[in-house]
Amino acid sequence: MTWQDTDVPALRRTAERRRQLGRFGTYTAAILFAFFAAFPFSWALISMFKQSNDLYVKDNNPFWFNEAPTLEHLRLLFLETNYLTFIGNTLVVGLAVTLITLALALPAAYALARLRLRWGERMGIAIFLVYLIPPTLLFIPMTRVITNLGLQESLLSLILVYPTITIPISSWLLMGFFKGIPMDLEEQAMVDGHSRIGAIGRVVLPLMFPGIVAVVVFAFTLSAHEFIYALAFNKSSAVKTIATGVPTELVRGDVFFWQSLQGAVILIAVPIALVFNAFLDRFISGFTMGAVKG
Amino acid sequence: MAVVEVRDLSKHFGDVVAVDGVDLRSEEGEFLVLLGPSGCGKTTLLRMIAGLEQPTEGEILLGGEDVIGLPPRARRIAMVFQSYALYPHMTVANNIAFPLKAQGMDPGERSAKVQWAAELFGIERLLHRRPRQLSGGERQRVALARALVREPTVFLLDEPLSNLDAKLRAAARDDLMEFQRRIGITTIYVTHDQVEAMGMGDRIAVMNHGKVRQLGTPEEVYHHPADVFVAQFLGSPPMNLLEATNFLFGFRPEQFLPEGIAEDEGDRVPFTFHVNRIEYLGSERYLYGHVREHDETKIIAMLPATVTLPLAVDQDHKFSVARDQIRFFDRDQGHKIPAQTLNL
Amino acid sequence: MTTAARKRYLSDNPRFLAALFMSPAVIYIIALVGFPFVLAIVYAFTDISTGNPELDFVGLETFRRVLADPVFREALWNTFWFAVIANLLVVVLATALAEVLIKDFKGKWLVRFLVLLPWVAPVSLATITWLWTLDSIFSPIDWVLRELGLITENMYWLGRPGSAMASVVAVQTWRIVPLAAVIVMAGLIAIPGEINDAVAVDGAGSWRKRFQVTIPLLAPIIAVAVLFGVILTISDMSVVYVLTRGGPTHSTQVLSTWAFIKGIEGGALGQGAAVALFLLPVLIGITAVVLRLARRREVL
Repeated sequence: MTWQDTDVPALRRTAERRRQLGRFGTYTAAILFAFFAAFPFSWALISMFKQSNDLYVKDNNPFWFNEAPTLEHLRLLFLETNYLTFIGNTLVVGLAVTLITLALALPAAYALARLRLRWGERMGIAIFLVYLIPPTLLFIPMTRVITNLGLQESLLSLILVYPTITIPISSWLLMGFFKGIPMDLEEQAMVDGHSRIGAIGRVVLPLMFPGIVAVVVFAFTLSAHEFIYALAFNKSSAVKTIATGVPTELVRGDVFFWQSLQGAVILIAVPIALVFNAFLDRFISGFTMGAVKG
Repeated sequence: MAVVEVRDLSKHFGDVVAVDGVDLRSEEGEFLVLLGPSGCGKTTLLRMIAGLEQPTEGEILLGGEDVIGLPPRARRIAMVFQSYALYPHMTVANNIAFPLKAQGMDPGERSAKVQWAAELFGIERLLHRRPRQLSGGERQRVALARALVREPTVFLLDEPLSNLDAKLRAAARDDLMEFQRRIGITTIYVTHDQVEAMGMGDRIAVMNHGKVRQLGTPEEVYHHPADVFVAQFLGSPPMNLLEATNFLFGFRPEQFLPEGIAEDEGDRVPFTFHVNRIEYLGSERYLYGHVREHDETKIIAMLPATVTLPLAVDQDHKFSVARDQIRFFDRDQGHKIPAQTLNL
Repeated sequence: MTTAARKRYLSDNPRFLAALFMSPAVIYIIALVGFPFVLAIVYAFTDISTGNPELDFVGLETFRRVLADPVFREALWNTFWFAVIANLLVVVLATALAEVLIKDFKGKWLVRFLVLLPWVAPVSLATITWLWTLDSIFSPIDWVLRELGLITENMYWLGRPGSAMASVVAVQTWRIVPLAAVIVMAGLIAIPGEINDAVAVDGAGSWRKRFQVTIPLLAPIIAVAVLFGVILTISDMSVVYVLTRGGPTHSTQVLSTWAFIKGIEGGALGQGAAVALFLLPVLIGITAVVLRLARRREVL
């Protein structure tokens, strides 16, 4: 083995340079992505503390506090608007919808994952097809149905209807998680004397905890994001959620209370993002299971 | 100058020491096996030689040149992985051509080389297939062809036979050995299977806990193990080990013979062997039991089928071992002790 | 088995359990998706409105009125093209972002947090931050451009058709990239480590590796991400509604906002339903194309 035609130190230098370039590239890309993702939010974060006589001057440096920062807009937000009501409504709806989703999607997902059904494969496709019929298609007849049921202007209208959005995707997610649990465990429990339902409750559900958490987060998120049904069903302020309340209520005529508006957004977006960031790795593993085995 | 040499090589993963100050020199054209249980550091060692892992300390020299800091592709090595790592979305031909494309070789020369490598392994008719359409043995050949096509100076293999069916394994092993002999390329082969190691290696480096416990020919490591670990890792069933007053001594099951059967009359040490259980395995008989004065230690004797002497269970029998076949080990450290230093 | 025994072990019978487990969800979906879906189709064949709430069958008249409206054609066109362009951008950006997030570097947690914000914030709220960022008078982007001397007058991002459309596409891309990146990340993790090792040993540089090995192996996962992205873009109403209400002069109108404006705000329920029904062919069409493309690159 001869190296006589190769300049080894030069090779080493080139390799090191490539490595450094790679790291530089990674950092640059990371910074660029972070910047563009967060830019509107950063602007919102600054604006919410700016005094109006600073913010509404066209030629002022927008990124600098030319006047002292103020909490006035937050005060307005919390004390003079229904912001807290919106948050409360969103939480109530989210909780109720999550419970309903789990109650319906868990058994369905189990059946699809475990019980060998003749129509199992087709059911999976059917779930996907339901997903293709979005609220933006159904909202007009749905509004009439809600009105005829007398549920307009109520949180119940949302609680009743939101699971149509959450159940398909939750079933799909849970299916993936169920398939990840070996059948041996249930079979062992059944051999030990439990009925199938007993086996599920004792053995499978505890192991499904991460999957259930993922669904809880998803269901809550989807409920909090939902816009069109909320806008169509509930026009009165007391029953709005944050998704519809914030964009519509912080406007008087043509005047936008921008600082309070941006504050309203930041106070919701940041905590949610913190939670998601903390659980990101769990989500990925759940997603991989659904995609690979589903 | 050795083709592959590592000096005082170590790798730490945080607190875990995977490879602990290993020194190794390979000889030209030899088939060197790194043998050990999982977690012993053999794969980490191989990966460092390949350049896939960076050492914490020590030197790696390929062809006399220090290669630390060089990426794998600059080291003139080729590697075959446990899963063969064939690119699933490419045809066999493109798999083999891939390293040549990376070198910037022109298409004409490339296809000639691919053809040459394919012929070397008899896989020309598979060139347009995809990996998922191939059997385990065929995949191994494609992996070898892809490795060889770059004409490397060192060949690194990471347990390539462990994913194959037991039946295929023997044939694949034969293939591998035949090709290595033909090409004469220096090869380092990682395995946990001591039968494989014994059958394939010119020399075996037996490893445990990141250290090389012994480096030697199969004959050396089997008949003159450097310590208790090597003694018991090689050989199936493992060496029988008994405690004496302040040392350990051992002998292999096939060396433990009934009185009168042993061919040579030389100096033999007698034992009273109480047999508890016998397994008839066709070509061999395994006798499980214990010897007098060492009631707690389980002893195994292995008799070939040619020895037809009837031996009854739950009875004492007179057995013996040739004195020069007994091996002695230090009680606390486990390393071997020459027989002369003990007064027996 | 006797009938008595069959009854006692009912809770073990798989077919019974399957029916029991699936029926709540199935019944619910049929009632609250299937039934309204049928109703939507029915509405489109009537002239139902808030002023005339009876289901009077009018044949294709409602469809004719809807299709004759030039705004409808604009909305259909926009719905399709916004989705296509936004998701092409998403594919490229998300793949790049996934590669970054896979690596280890200082500050990764912070970068991940910032990069997730556009996706996890409720859509309408995230859009509000853009509404303010693109404000016609006080946009900080305009301020920077003015300070740099690149412009003298503000850009009126949302007030001009061209930049308004670009803004809608930008916001959709911006909010979907995080989700797509997470999906692609899952795909990257699933590539066996030994394949990456083989690429290193075979001597491929990072660009060759990216285009000849990694991306082909990621193709099915990228298809999933695109599918989600397309469905999310087409079936979304909040971004356009909050950002532009479909303006200026309907240049950013999409089927969902137009259906809302016609049906709920305008009260013409039949027309609104008809407009919304056109979402289905667009959705199915693009889905079918993506799935076919994904199937062609059959891997593994």
